[in-house]
Amino acid sequence: MSFELHREKFPCRISEVEIGAGVAGNGQRFLQVGGASTLPFLSFDGPSGHLPVIGMEVWDVVPELWPAPLENIFGPVAGDPVEWARHCAQEWGAEFICLRLRGADPELNDASPEACATLARDVLDATGVPLVVLGCGNDAKDNVVLQKVSETCAGRRCLIGPVTSDNYRTIAAAAMVNGHLVIAQSPVDVNMQKQICVLLNDLGVPQTQIVMDPTTGGLGYGLEYTYSVMERVRLAALQGESSLALPMIVFCGFEAWRAKEAKTGPTDGVVQGVAWEALTAGTLLQAGADMVVMLHPEATRVVREHVKALAGGEMTL
Amino acid sequence: MALTGLQIFKLLPKTNCRECGFATCLAFAMALAVGKTSLDDCPQASDEARETLGAAAEPPIRLVTVGQGEYAVELGGELVLFRHEKTFYHPTAVAIEVRDDLPEAELTERLHAVQALSFERVGITMRINSIAIRQTGSDSASFVKTVELVQANSPLPLTLVTQDPGAMRAALAIVGSKRPLLWGAAEANWREMTALAKEYGCPLVVTAGDLAGLSSLSEQVTGNGYKDIVLHVPAKAAGDVLRAATAIRRMAIKKRFRPFGFPVLASVGDNRDAYLAALTAATCIAKYASMIVLDTVDPAVVLPLLTLRQDIYTDPQKPIQVQAACYTIGNPGPDAPVLVTTNFSLTYFSVGNEIESSRVGAYLVTVDTDGTSVLTAWASGKFGPEQIAEALEKTAVGEKVKHRKVVIPGYVAVLSGRLAELSGWDVLVGPREAAALPGFLRSYTAN
Ligand code: B12
Ligand code: SF4
Repeated sequence: MSFELHREKFPCRISEVEIGAGVAGNGQRFLQVGGASTLPFLSFDGPSGHLPVIGMEVWDVVPELWPAPLENIFGPVAGDPVEWARHCAQEWGAEFICLRLRGADPELNDASPEACATLARDVLDATGVPLVVLGCGNDAKDNVVLQKVSETCAGRRCLIGPVTSDNYRTIAAAAMVNGHLVIAQSPVDVNMQKQICVLLNDLGVPQTQIVMDPTTGGLGYGLEYTYSVMERVRLAALQGESSLALPMIVFCGFEAWRAKEAKTGPTDGVVQGVAWEALTAGTLLQAGADMVVMLHPEATRVVREHVKALAGGEMTL
Repeated sequence: MALTGLQIFKLLPKTNCRECGFATCLAFAMALAVGKTSLDDCPQASDEARETLGAAAEPPIRLVTVGQGEYAVELGGELVLFRHEKTFYHPTAVAIEVRDDLPEAELTERLHAVQALSFERVGITMRINSIAIRQTGSDSASFVKTVELVQANSPLPLTLVTQDPGAMRAALAIVGSKRPLLWGAAEANWREMTALAKEYGCPLVVTAGDLAGLSSLSEQVTGNGYKDIVLHVPAKAAGDVLRAATAIRRMAIKKRFRPFGFPVLASVGDNRDAYLAALTAATCIAKYASMIVLDTVDPAVVLPLLTLRQDIYTDPQKPIQVQAACYTIGNPGPDAPVLVTTNFSLTYFSVGNEIESSRVGAYLVTVDTDGTSVLTAWASGKFGPEQIAEALEKTAVGEKVKHRKVVIPGYVAVLSGRLAELSGWDVLVGPREAAALPGFLRSYTAN
């Protein structure tokens, strides 16, 4: 049998999405994500799109019960989200910041929409990198908070959400009016992912302004399900399911550090929690993650380098 | 040329006995035609059918065994490209490399470290599968000596890494009856290596610098009558490793390209950054390596990798679950705490292990949630106040304790009120993550 490389050709391409307002001269950077017409990094099949981008997560409240490897690094800045975000962008190379507004939760600090919005704008101004803003998970509160964030950061092309099939109108409408993008979230389910994307399309949200969150599971804690759901979403998209032909975002730092093994493992030399986080990300990159949200600076660094190594190489197949 | 489903169907017994796991012979034939099952799964197939089906009956990727007995490990035998299409069957074997220039003391220390790399997770033991001994110089004496030492001090199957047929022969004289993996054969030495593999009945790694070379070398070795082979492309960059392994797997499964119908070995050892090496290894586990060779014994790297292997290789169709029951942990007395959780194995073991390490005796009631996690079960109505109240009732845990207080997972705090109403028990909301349970339980019993 003579050898001839088999190349896979897919009919559909993942839409290309731009985050951050790249207005020349204002110093604000922007990112392009998506655009793949192959499975991740399989450049021998065709154009594999923009490289996945690696960002870092910042919280508006000091996390309770933080494991030592995170406490040691963030302790000095955790009380000041703007400073924390500035460190991420300027010292640890975060390509974008993901601001998690946990403090908005009525059961936590019940932070006001105005305070949340001001914080988001301050983070944008202090870092100069694109911003993802997450609500607190309380639908009613998120509706007012994210609407206010949208208004205050108008025109900065932030990625805002999540929105779900049960709660999307208010947030998506506010995001569109103010020139942002939305995160379409589903609970580990291909059909439900499709449903929310279709609902957003019906509302008039263009494909270039949606990023999907098919839900992230941490290594050893649901990763096996979320990995396969993402893989199925990406395959369906490439094979022609256009409502799913969108980039995906994963929250690896948040999920990985919940694992007991991340919190309790050795913290000398190779830090087990960092490995846990990095491997969660590395694996989901293979399932099609386009935006990866990390926590620990070292995990962020190695995943960024790993992306380069995956894109590089000199072998001709 | 591959046969169609109908052609295969004609050769089957047509009894629809279901022993293959398919509802009908036709369904089985259709699956076989696209390589999603193997004729071995039909115990009723006639010898004639086996013969006629020939290559079509052969699994798309050969199953190759390394070592023997309790520690033997099977490589390959995969039928699909994506685990959601069915499942991945034979977890990536993990080998740890030792070099033959290691001083004896360091060598035994490393072997002990490998032996210690054994972890219980979800009730399953995860461990290393092989020791790969690498010849570093041209001196076969130190290679042979290392082989001797390793086999005397480790029960694991060996992988013998040398391109020198002389050194290989000398090592085989000692361990040849134990089915080590011979790594291996390349363009320059494949005849001698294949002869050795045949003589000792050992699996053989076949290496070439690119896929075309690998394809022709694979054909030469198999044409020579030897089929227990493992394919290896010595790529360095993570992207090359990924693309080579993907191309091989894809051509084996989708194109039935016979030269690539074998398991793949990936070496990821020579990266100086431990995290980056781990990331390359993780990529290999997800994408198509049947064996990887690591150059570390650091548990902080190995545990995450073995956990990832468990994730990728669980059957996506069946969540691993435990029986719904009342479990006794430690030596609980009549005042011991009662906790509830779901019967998803991962959840049960996460919680059970923490209770155990708290050294507080307790009763753990698992609710039948079809093996789903706390929030998944809650969101799908399988872990509501009704089901929990029923489980408390059914397991009669109330007869074992003289109080009526039950601890529920922190993530489902919302159901406390209704559960208290339904069950008549006082409901205490526990921490969200099980890791916080020991502290919680100690202060609980102190009151
Ligand atoms: C994997 C997963 C699935 C898998 C199922 C895996 C399984 N066997 O359960 C699949 C894909 C099938 C799935 C399905 C659904 N899922 Co789901 N799923 C997840 C995911 C990613 C991880 C869950 C997991 O495995 N966790 C690990 C285990 C160990 O966690 P755990 O059981 O909670 O246990 C921990 C703690 O609770 C605690 N604990 C446990 N017991 C006890 C007891 C006591 C006393 C104490 C103190 C502590 C304690 O200790 C453990 C370790 O810390 C989560 C999101 C996430 N990242 O967490 C969503 C998630 C749980 N799913 C969700 C939903 C909605 C669903 C669906 C209902 C969606 C749908 N279509 O219909 C379906 C249900 C399908 C069905 N009919 O059963 C939602 C729940 C939303 C909510 N807050 O209610 C989540 C949170 C995703 C989301 N953000 O929307 N899911
Ligand atoms: S085991 Fe064989 S005979 Fe029985 S149903 Fe399957 S294919 Fe038919």
